[in-house]
Amino acid sequence: MKRGLTTFNIASLVIGFGFLYLPIVLLVIYSFNASRLVTVWGGFSTKWYASLFRNEQLLDAIWVTFRIGLISATIATVLGTFAAVALVRAGRFKGRTLFSGMIFAPLVMPEVILGLSLLLLFVSLGLPRGFWTVTVSHATVTMCYAAVVIQARLSAFDRQLEEAAQDLGCPPIKAFFAITLPNIAPAVAAAWMLAFTLSLDDLVIASFTSGPGSTTLPMRIYSQVRLGVSPEINAVSTLLIGLVATGVIAVYLFQMRKRREA
Amino acid sequence: MTERSRPRLNIGAVRSTFAPWADPAAKPLVRFENVVKRFDGETAVNGVSLDIYPGEFFALLGPSGCGKTTLMRLLAGFETPDSGRITLAGEDLAGKPPHQRPVNMMFQSYALFPHLSVERNIAFGLKQQGMPKDQIADRVTEMLALVRLDGLARRKPHQLSGGQRQRVALARAIAPRPKMLLLDEPLAALDKKLREETQFELMALQQQLGMTFLIVTHDQEEAMVTADRIAVMRSGEIVQIGRPADVYEAPNSRYVADFIGDVNIFEGKAEFADGTTVRMSSPEAPGGFDIVEDDLLDVGSTAWLAVRPEKIEVHLDEPPPGPNRMAGKIEDIGYLGDWTTYLVELESGRTIRAARANAKRFVDRPVDWDDKVWLTFARDAGVVLTQ
Amino acid sequence: MKARRDRTGLAALAPFLWLGLFFLFPFLLVAKLSLSDTALAIPPYTPRIYWSAGLAGLKTFFAALDFETYARLTSDRLYIVAYLSSLKFAAISTGILLILGYPLAYAMARCAPAVRQALLMAMILPFWTSFLIRVYALIGILKPEGLLNTALRLVGLGPVNILNTETAIYIGLVYAYLPFMVLPLYAVLERQQHDLLEAAADLGCTPFEAFWRVTFPLSLPGVAAGALLCFIPMVGEFVIPDLLGGSSTLMLGKTIWTEFFANRDWPAASAVAIVLLFTLVVPIVLYQRQQAKLMEAGR
Repeated sequence: MKRGLTTFNIASLVIGFGFLYLPIVLLVIYSFNASRLVTVWGGFSTKWYASLFRNEQLLDAIWVTFRIGLISATIATVLGTFAAVALVRAGRFKGRTLFSGMIFAPLVMPEVILGLSLLLLFVSLGLPRGFWTVTVSHATVTMCYAAVVIQARLSAFDRQLEEAAQDLGCPPIKAFFAITLPNIAPAVAAAWMLAFTLSLDDLVIASFTSGPGSTTLPMRIYSQVRLGVSPEINAVSTLLIGLVATGVIAVYLFQMRKRREA
Repeated sequence: MTERSRPRLNIGAVRSTFAPWADPAAKPLVRFENVVKRFDGETAVNGVSLDIYPGEFFALLGPSGCGKTTLMRLLAGFETPDSGRITLAGEDLAGKPPHQRPVNMMFQSYALFPHLSVERNIAFGLKQQGMPKDQIADRVTEMLALVRLDGLARRKPHQLSGGQRQRVALARAIAPRPKMLLLDEPLAALDKKLREETQFELMALQQQLGMTFLIVTHDQEEAMVTADRIAVMRSGEIVQIGRPADVYEAPNSRYVADFIGDVNIFEGKAEFADGTTVRMSSPEAPGGFDIVEDDLLDVGSTAWLAVRPEKIEVHLDEPPPGPNRMAGKIEDIGYLGDWTTYLVELESGRTIRAARANAKRFVDRPVDWDDKVWLTFARDAGVVLTQ
Repeated sequence: MKARRDRTGLAALAPFLWLGLFFLFPFLLVAKLSLSDTALAIPPYTPRIYWSAGLAGLKTFFAALDFETYARLTSDRLYIVAYLSSLKFAAISTGILLILGYPLAYAMARCAPAVRQALLMAMILPFWTSFLIRVYALIGILKPEGLLNTALRLVGLGPVNILNTETAIYIGLVYAYLPFMVLPLYAVLERQQHDLLEAAADLGCTPFEAFWRVTFPLSLPGVAAGALLCFIPMVGEFVIPDLLGGSSTLMLGKTIWTEFFANRDWPAASAVAIVLLFTLVVPIVLYQRQQAKLMEAGR
């Protein structure tokens, strides 16, 4: 479809995107507010950022969250790639329906259920809750997202390229690494980023599965928000949004440039 | 490649002495023995036996879904036969995965690796063979020159035109010096003019390299022009194998006659057959048909006569009565430039196709719509078919 | 030779085992726990399996399981209200999302390709941004001394009290799930060929009729995907009712959380989770079928 936007179309766009972005824009603006009262503009200031960097608890939480994100996203990407290969390539195998069910269900399943069930698993296994239980839980949920992202790219990938490599003397496994992997690399990278940000953002599953000493950033933000809006949370939120937005937009521009070259 | 070095169209004449299939002492390079392949209960290849000789340019011809691509993929190793045997230079290929088979394939989609440059695409198979770096470089340069792509070595596949990609795919498949080159619809993605040019280039290349080529195509013209021999396939079986001229002039069934070129088929009853002549009665021709044919048909059995349009003459004046003569009315005229095709409605209501080469620019009395005409053909113009 | 192809299935092995252990097996534990009773212990439930007692231990364990917790759920009005209001919130919000999201996705699909790319990007960006932070940002607008009331006062209206009401939950759900609705709709609308509309116009349709008879029916798979993608997680939503709805609103996700963390009633939390899961089984299976179909079509 193309051309000819009606007034109605334009109104839909303005209202829709306005609704989506207005709260975020305000949050960013108020993170630079000198006044502690969130509705009163007390002049421009970066003092909340400064106090943020003196807040040890918050810094600890950020550090824990990043480590969990890095490790869980990496596990999720590796497992997700395997899962995507099985979904796209293996045709019918025993337990395929169950398998694809286990891949798609976590995408829509309420997080509360996922968190609760994982917690019960760790309790019944007698594992102490902490850093690793959160990491494993995040890897479990985010690998499904990773699998779906990679699966989409893989099913669009021309199977004949691998056959051509085999025909030229490459064993199948090597053909996958030499030909398929470099070509689906953007999707694998996107899957990793998605898994990482999902882990970074998660509150519910982390609340269930974490233990003492492994409080994540969203858990900190949540407990502070319950106490009321605080400018420091505005600051840390702005930093997080900025980080994610920079990452996503950079990848987007990179891909656009590549496409234009193509 | 200059215009002059291209072989003439009449390839049969150029290589008239090349006929290893007629030599009982010749050893085939590839032998299919009763090969069967089924997919989900559907038989794609049904008991095919076939010999292909070293240095041959062999074509598998048939409509889509006839099993020709499956047959090629069986040879490359991408499919496994359900029964039967495939041997290459006397060695049974069963159990050998594709990467260990000394044949290379040029894919219909070309399957160029999008993340590798032209030269690295061509070098791919050589690296896989473990060839030393400097030799690879030499071989790649040689290949680039062979397919006239010098200067494009550093390009990525998406920066090439369709014709250039086709040549990279060709170079990549030839570079490892396979025992045999498999070409899966190699020209299907090219436009008509480029396709015709490339047909001749392929033939010249094949002779220059002395390599055995197996081409899969649905385009009868492509098969006729390029191949030494053609196997016509239909629903998983080979219907006829022969040189292009044999298959065209002496089809062994109505299917082959109809698939290769245009043909008019008349049904009739055999009245006489002595090993040199066959006479048939037919409701289409009051004088019957009288054909040079060595088949000994049972008198009274149903037979079909196949006559190519270009072998039927169109007359505005009534010829003397006799066999091989029909009367009708011009229903339609298709002017193709080099040829004119006439659709003639017979008195029986059948429509017959006749074609005439436009040798003269102007004709005294052109044939026109609704003209009453007579059609005749020579005694050796048609083929009698019993199936 | 057959074995060669089947080996690809081995790629499923690692993720299969992982998901079996960390996704499927835990559900059995939830089911088991929902049949247990609360106890003043760590962990706070009984019975537990004592492996040292062998088979007899297992027998006493199974004998001690019962449906008492479920009986408790059905007799307590609070649970029933929470259940029904979860469905109500999710259903009404899905309806609002469709009404809001469809024109938005449609308008995006009609833009010039370059603009379309940028808008798509802008739609995906919130998708990547923290859910919690976005809900938090909404609080800044909705609270009594927030921006909404400041704006209303300027035009001489208000103040309105939205935070900690049902309205706030609807606004929050619609706000948070808008990208989940728009993206599948956009995906089907963007793929549609413009010449279909031209053909419809050629055959005598007004633009609106062309939309109603061609565009809309063709976009139904997207409508279904978007609706399911929003409805299912919304039923079990926790953060939004918790932060925007205040203490008086009841939803299942919040109930599970409260039972678990505040009341330390693990069996009740598990039983609510099981009820929630059974409620969502049908939509989840529908969603999964739809995804599988899309995957097949994508090949």
